[in-house]
Amino acid sequence: MKNIEERERRLVALRAGLARLDRSRPGRARAGLSSGDQGLLDRLDPRAVHDLYAGTPADAVALNAFGLGLAVRAAGGRPIVWAIHRLVETETGTPHGPGLHEMGVRPKDVLLVRAGDIQTLLAVGEEALRSPAVGAVLLSAWGEARAMTLTASRRLSLAAQAGTATLFLARAGAVPAPSAALTRWSVGAAPSTPLEAGAPGRPSFSATLLRHRGGVEPGTWIMEWDRERRAFLERSPVSGAVVPVAAERTPATWRTGERRVA
Amino acid sequence: MVEKVKGALRLAAIDPAASRLGLSPGMTLADARARTPELRTVADDPDADATLLRRVLKDFGRFTPLIALDPPHGLMLDVTGCAHLFGDEAGLIRSVRRRAAGVGLSLRWAMADTPQSARALARFGPGGLFAGQDARAAVRRLSVAALELAGADERALRRAGLKRLSDLDDRPRAPMAARFGTDFPARLARVLGDEDVRITPHRPVPACVVDRILVEPIVTQDDVERVFQDLVADAVDQLDQRGQGGRAFEVFFYRLDGHVRRISIRTGQPSRDPAALQRLFRERLGALAHPLDPGFGFDQIRLAVPWTEPIAPTQGRMEGERPGTEQVGHLIDRLAARLGPEAVLCFQPFGSHMPERSSRLLPSGMVGPAAEWPEPDPEDPPLRPLQMFDPPQPVETLAEVPDGSPLRFRWRRVLHQVVRSEGPERIAGEWWRAPDQRTRDYYRVEDTEGRRFWLFRQGLYGQTPEPRWFIHGLFA
Repeated sequence: MKNIEERERRLVALRAGLARLDRSRPGRARAGLSSGDQGLLDRLDPRAVHDLYAGTPADAVALNAFGLGLAVRAAGGRPIVWAIHRLVETETGTPHGPGLHEMGVRPKDVLLVRAGDIQTLLAVGEEALRSPAVGAVLLSAWGEARAMTLTASRRLSLAAQAGTATLFLARAGAVPAPSAALTRWSVGAAPSTPLEAGAPGRPSFSATLLRHRGGVEPGTWIMEWDRERRAFLERSPVSGAVVPVAAERTPATWRTGERRVA
Repeated sequence: MVEKVKGALRLAAIDPAASRLGLSPGMTLADARARTPELRTVADDPDADATLLRRVLKDFGRFTPLIALDPPHGLMLDVTGCAHLFGDEAGLIRSVRRRAAGVGLSLRWAMADTPQSARALARFGPGGLFAGQDARAAVRRLSVAALELAGADERALRRAGLKRLSDLDDRPRAPMAARFGTDFPARLARVLGDEDVRITPHRPVPACVVDRILVEPIVTQDDVERVFQDLVADAVDQLDQRGQGGRAFEVFFYRLDGHVRRISIRTGQPSRDPAALQRLFRERLGALAHPLDPGFGFDQIRLAVPWTEPIAPTQGRMEGERPGTEQVGHLIDRLAARLGPEAVLCFQPFGSHMPERSSRLLPSGMVGPAAEWPEPDPEDPPLRPLQMFDPPQPVETLAEVPDGSPLRFRWRRVLHQVVRSEGPERIAGEWWRAPDQRTRDYYRVEDTEGRRFWLFRQGLYGQTPEPRWFIHGLFA
């Protein structure tokens, strides 16, 4: 009697576990974002690996900022580990504390780790994922590397699933390649909503979802980072600003820089 | 061995065979050659001797951490409390002699209660193991040369008929102090063993030291880790009794052939956790630039804890509590053990209005209490870039004079057309630190592609030399 009950209980537990692991359920497909909410970015699965690629090497800082924003949302107040490749620092500069603070990321929550090569970077990512206190891990890498194999990607995925943190792998200057990551994005800088007197506005990104294992359709969104809410706001490229900060502008006036008062 | 003394070649040191033939150090080479035509000479090389002696010093550290150089050509070991590791004192002496013979050194040795009497017995006496008052009796029989006085003083003593230390001991000390100086009685007392001056060890002695002497030398990493586990258990016991934890741990590996290797581990918080230390040790071994080479094997491993701090007793964690800074501390320790402490950094604000000095990246172990970052205006976008260049990179810019924002700039051979800009934000140099720091006007610009840059113009138009433009950072 006992054995049968035991077996049944184990079967139920196994089925539940399998259901959890099965991410390709049709109910999760989404056609797009509704304006005003955080949308897809908020529903990025935790305890997974997400690949981010820069459109061009010049967009590397935008990529890092996008990754940081995602990490901040995924970490939910817990510490973030930002492991940065040495080449990223020489190409685009060292992370700056006040800059992080002005983006709404608390610098005391960020642990910066310098890695000399991509192999070490991946090892640091895995080590950080194993720690139960870390909320999110951002790896910033530059260029192609032999160390970026499918096996390495799977190891990171497994480590993420076993732990409690989310990992974002931001690769600048690399071509999007197949990997075991849950989602794959291509990120670039986008023109910002200007403030009064033609000043550059808030950080704006053009994010293209290339692949989502959950079955979400690819698409491109223009996102703006809101520091106060610490969230990405969608901005449709046609209509202009979502949240008017100051004088409103239409796309036609962006290039000529004329002032118009609404 | 031959050295040049005042223009004449003299014998600096001779081997036993030569001394049997009647040669002595200090004799001129010509005299020596006249006596023994088949004399073989080697040029004296004091530097090589010193290097060899230092290597022997490091190797003999296996017997005791309290070891010092005893010039010339000597070592002083304080073996109080170490003899039990080798059986007894005689066993210790046997080990020392065996090691010296293995290296090829001939040894004159003596063991006594005080350093100076041991030195006198070894250099000027028969040497040997002396306990308690036997040492004093033996030292009395030594000649006054054992005091190692200046030549004139020694000659004066001999002329006065005082040939042995017993003669000096039996006489009142006051007239001797008057004749030879006030430190003479102290010197005599030290050599006789009445006064004890502790030696200054070559390296400071750690608070907690644990040794394992291995009968069979070990070679594999598994064995090394197992021995390390034992050592850590002992060390943690000792630390536990004192209520302390270790911040720095050093592991010394003594090889059969005399080579010594030191590996150190640091932790951010005082630690007494054997499992964590074992993990850190493994990480460190894996991350060494020169892997640990056992040669013919390690025959002794020592764990020393040079830096200890009191540990507050921790209470057990309750169910459901969030793992907090302690876990992050463990992660920092592991990453620092693998990559080096300079690779794991925290942001720290610094009170300076110069952008490159307004924040610092410090190794995690050195971050002080959390300081405040200046709060930005909620209406503003980020006014400081996410990533900054050090040093700022020069760009060629087209801008209105005298303080217009840039219209176009060329950076890394790419021409950027500026669409939006904000500025200038004037940041003057810190005149109190360097008198010739020039004023900078910073501009936040955005180009046609949507990328945002932080440019500055150093210097003002109209001043000499001409102002130059730089890019300091990149915004998101």
